Amino acid sequence: MIMIFGIPIQAFLGQLLIGLINGSFYAMLSLGLAIIFGLLRVINFAHGAQYMMGAFAGMLLLTWLGVNYWFALILAPVVVGITGIIVERFALRRLYNLDHLYGLLFTFGLALVVEGTFRYFYGSSGQPYATPKLLSGGVNLGFMYLPIYRGWVVVASLIVCIGTWLLIEKTRLGAYLRAATENPILVQSFGINVPLLLTLTYGLGSGLAALAGIMAAPIYQVSPLMGSNLIIVVFAIVVVGGMGSIMGAIVTGYALGIIEGLTKVFYPEASNIVIFVIMALVLLVRPAGLFGRDA
Amino acid sequence: MSDKEILLSVRDLNAWYDESHVLHGVNLNVRRGETVTILGRNGVGKTTTLRSIVGILRKRTGEIEFNGHNLMRLPLHKTAKTGLGFVPEERGIFSTLSVEENLMLPPKISNSGMSIEEIYDLFPNLYERKTSSGTKLSGGEQQMLAMARMLRIGVDMLLLDEPTEGLAPVIVQRIGEVLQTLKQRGMTILLIEQNFRFASKIADRFYLMEHGLVSAGFDANELPDRMDMLHEVLGV
Repeated sequence: MIMIFGIPIQAFLGQLLIGLINGSFYAMLSLGLAIIFGLLRVINFAHGAQYMMGAFAGMLLLTWLGVNYWFALILAPVVVGITGIIVERFALRRLYNLDHLYGLLFTFGLALVVEGTFRYFYGSSGQPYATPKLLSGGVNLGFMYLPIYRGWVVVASLIVCIGTWLLIEKTRLGAYLRAATENPILVQSFGINVPLLLTLTYGLGSGLAALAGIMAAPIYQVSPLMGSNLIIVVFAIVVVGGMGSIMGAIVTGYALGIIEGLTKVFYPEASNIVIFVIMALVLLVRPAGLFGRDA
Repeated sequence: MSDKEILLSVRDLNAWYDESHVLHGVNLNVRRGETVTILGRNGVGKTTTLRSIVGILRKRTGEIEFNGHNLMRLPLHKTAKTGLGFVPEERGIFSTLSVEENLMLPPKISNSGMSIEEIYDLFPNLYERKTSSGTKLSGGEQQMLAMARMLRIGVDMLLLDEPTEGLAPVIVQRIGEVLQTLKQRGMTILLIEQNFRFASKIADRFYLMEHGLVSAGFDANELPDRMDMLHEVLGV
């Protein structure tokens, strides 16, 4: 048996894959959070609920309307994105001139209301969402068995993260977003409709959370609490990457997913806390985060 | 000059920062093609006047008409589309954008603006450093970038807030040359300037502000007769 650092290679690579899959969700979720915080300066505690809503939207579209996974992959983020736009337009917008704490408390309350409502109607236990036929089964890589759906999640997440990064770093719209992050009033005086940009950004961030949710549905099942279980870890990742840093959110999301996975191999007792230990160390050494800009 | 149409008209402009009443009824006109300088000591309301005209400061009353548009009724993002270009005192260069991204950021409002080639001819330093981060430029280069940004989009009038502040004499001279070039091209300019020597070489007309009001207005050819008054008010 081939060993690596005293561990069978199958166990090592298996955990590496699990870490990469978790990292894919961490990256997509922290990306949405970073975009929202970067422009709106809102610490969006409703992000976990929006992730859950994405998974539920996929499941309900399937059971009510017979919409399959592939269409749900587009429709669920659009539906949740529109709810995000409504929330920003009628509620969050009123809090921009107040301390960050108000936005945090509002979105935290919103998350509790949304999760409570879904729990009331659907209970706390998870509900299955079938893996799409095209992505069912697996591939024997020789050293391990790779479920095709999980491979798809990693690839799709990479495409989404790189696409979003390119949108923000390499397009005119992205330049508006980056400039508005620094000085929204001046950008508005240039003729750019910043309030509309803020609304669409919150919609985009919410949609990204929902996309992660529908992609997670076949792996983790659909449960009203699936977001609240994840959101604290994702916030820790955003802090490590640097609040508002797009590249930081992506790189840290994958890296900490992998570190968490490998910790399960080498020191399982620490696997649930390793991300928070790293967060604490980063805050001590570099408070702005690994990719963040010093205030 | 006086037979030219009035491009910007400000009547009885009052403005507040929270509860603090800063402007107390400012009146001024700028005609098309003119360069007008607002003079005054620190804290008399010069910058507030520009910020109120542009609409960055929203707590204001009075009348502001520009190019046939009532600016009091327009949301901030629609003011630029009337042809008004604002270059703030702090220059407003974005650190997350390259020099070229900073230059290309504001959407074009007409086809009368300078081409990117013309801008790089006028400001060769910007071409040499077009891939650098905007805030890596020197203060003078940042000022030129802030002005160039407005010239590209085809504005009818430039509002410049202290463009020479904190710059070396050689850079001040260069900015003076650029403003002369813009004047020759027919650009209308409203300039706030503490550097009286600089402003006196460029402006066609002056307004003097004291205590949130325009206390005097005069043409450039009246300057010699006004020097005693300016000396008293500005200490020049």
